[in-house]
Amino acid sequence: MLALFRRYSVQLFLVTLGGVITYLAYQEAIGLYYLSVLMFMGVNIILSTSLNLVNGNMGEFSCGHAGFMCVGAYVSSVLGVLLFSKDKIFGAPLLDPSLAIYFFPLIIIIGGIAAAVAGLLVALPSFKTRGDYLAIITIAANYIIISFIENLGVIGGSRGFMGMKKVLNAMRDSVDLPWMVIWVFIFTIFTIWILRRYNSSTFGKGVSAICQDEVAAEIMSVNTNKMKAITFMLSSGLAGVAGGLFAYIIGYVNPGSFNILKSTEVLVMVYLGGMASLSGAVISAIFFTILLEILRPLQIFKWVIIPLILIIVMQFRPEGIMGNRELSDVFPWMKRFYKFK
Amino acid sequence: MIMQMQNTTKESAPVLEISDMTQRFGGLTAIADFNVSLGPDAMAGLIGPNGAGKTTAFNLVSGFYQPTEGEIRICGKPTAGLKPHKVTALGVARTFQNIRLWNQMTVLDNIRVAQHGKLDYGFFKSILRTSDYFECEERIEKEARELLKIFELDKYVDEYPTNLPYGLQRKLEIVRALSEKPKLLLLDEPAAGLNSADIQELIRLIRWIHDTFDVSIWLIEHHMDVMMELCDDIKVIDFGQTIAEGTADHVRNHPAVISAYLGDDNL
Repeated sequence: MLALFRRYSVQLFLVTLGGVITYLAYQEAIGLYYLSVLMFMGVNIILSTSLNLVNGNMGEFSCGHAGFMCVGAYVSSVLGVLLFSKDKIFGAPLLDPSLAIYFFPLIIIIGGIAAAVAGLLVALPSFKTRGDYLAIITIAANYIIISFIENLGVIGGSRGFMGMKKVLNAMRDSVDLPWMVIWVFIFTIFTIWILRRYNSSTFGKGVSAICQDEVAAEIMSVNTNKMKAITFMLSSGLAGVAGGLFAYIIGYVNPGSFNILKSTEVLVMVYLGGMASLSGAVISAIFFTILLEILRPLQIFKWVIIPLILIIVMQFRPEGIMGNRELSDVFPWMKRFYKFK
Repeated sequence: MIMQMQNTTKESAPVLEISDMTQRFGGLTAIADFNVSLGPDAMAGLIGPNGAGKTTAFNLVSGFYQPTEGEIRICGKPTAGLKPHKVTALGVARTFQNIRLWNQMTVLDNIRVAQHGKLDYGFFKSILRTSDYFECEERIEKEARELLKIFELDKYVDEYPTNLPYGLQRKLEIVRALSEKPKLLLLDEPAAGLNSADIQELIRLIRWIHDTFDVSIWLIEHHMDVMMELCDDIKVIDFGQTIAEGTADHVRNHPAVISAYLGDDNL
């Protein structure tokens, strides 16, 4: 019995956590503000863990993560509005709005797939270049995506795009549950689950081999180009999922919110957490989201305080919160409940 | 695994065949008209002064460079246009002059990741964890542990390579190369940085590998005693040109070799 409990303890914990959050949100016991902070926490976890795959595990420096988030946000927003809500540009919904409830996860995943395809923009040059030069390419990719959408008048250009709330309302009309909370929670867990499995398989460890010695990796039968393409696409695809969720939480997207500042924010989360540490990325995303909210009263000064905190952390703990260790390395008793490696 | 390797039928066809290979970097000819043919259980050496093009020859064979002219065949198959990991799949494995282990991975993982080309599963199965995944991972881990046990590295499986003594790091790199089950093993200065006791052990190790595994070995070395003891056939190059070839004694007394290493007296 105890063994069974231990074996499924993580699943049990997650189901309970998800259930409690959903119940509290349903009862409106958590205020809307705290609820949105909670949801942004989920989005930030997806962003930081997925960027950690490239910057931490693969050792490349990608600073265009928000660009891929933008692709995911726009594709899933436009798709959702096109299919399930009446819009002045797209006209009547193509499908019955009551179906939105079933198609919503699919819409988010399609946004992710689109972002993964956009990830090729970085993945293909990565075959030939690396390091600083690739970092510049990722910035360029971010700008290309944003400029492209800014100049796409059909979906609002730089004015942004809205109407996602109607899709959410359609879902609520079908079954009255806090759907966004549920989906953000599920996709966050889904992301961690995918990355954990990818990183711990021999196949995925090829990525760390590329990071530690690319020449040896290539000689020791790792198809480096294929691994780079898969890793960049997985990372940007998950960023796209985060973007889709972000768009539906806010109900409005504009290209300006996915600029290089947003990418930097994600980078800060990754470096604060510790390179190549999945649990570090999760912890720092949670910590960073809370920090942003605590410092909100300082208004513009928070952008003085936060970089300062980063500098102090880097000064006294350059490896980040977790270094390259996982939670189970720091607290060995956790291994009884889940095995990380 | 050893059994498996011994049972493979010995082919008489050469494992490595290089014909008229030339490599130019801009105006510099690093390798000129290079010819080599190694049989299935050859133990050959390649020597030459610094900058002679020895490592370039290895880089060409392992697919890092494509030769400007000439052809390389591994077990009869030409390597032209193949990426290094494809060349490895044809049966070539190598070590490096400066040790190139993955230092943030455990010893076991170093061997496991070297099986990347032989995985039966891809991205989706690594995430969905189908039965193929578990079978493949189990097999790889079992083989890796067996191999490490054979080489008496099994007590270090969970250690990181940087924590091992230098000699064991060299050994681990050779074991990692062997884990590819190569037909041809290229050793690039395996004795570099070892003390004389370690060198004696290395000689024994290389000879043992040659006798036990069905593998043909080609090595670059500066330590003449290693060469003299191990190699039946030594090739000497200088500035990319082959200047002598033959048994250890023949090479040692060859005037061109002496002048390449010590210089001419008629300056």
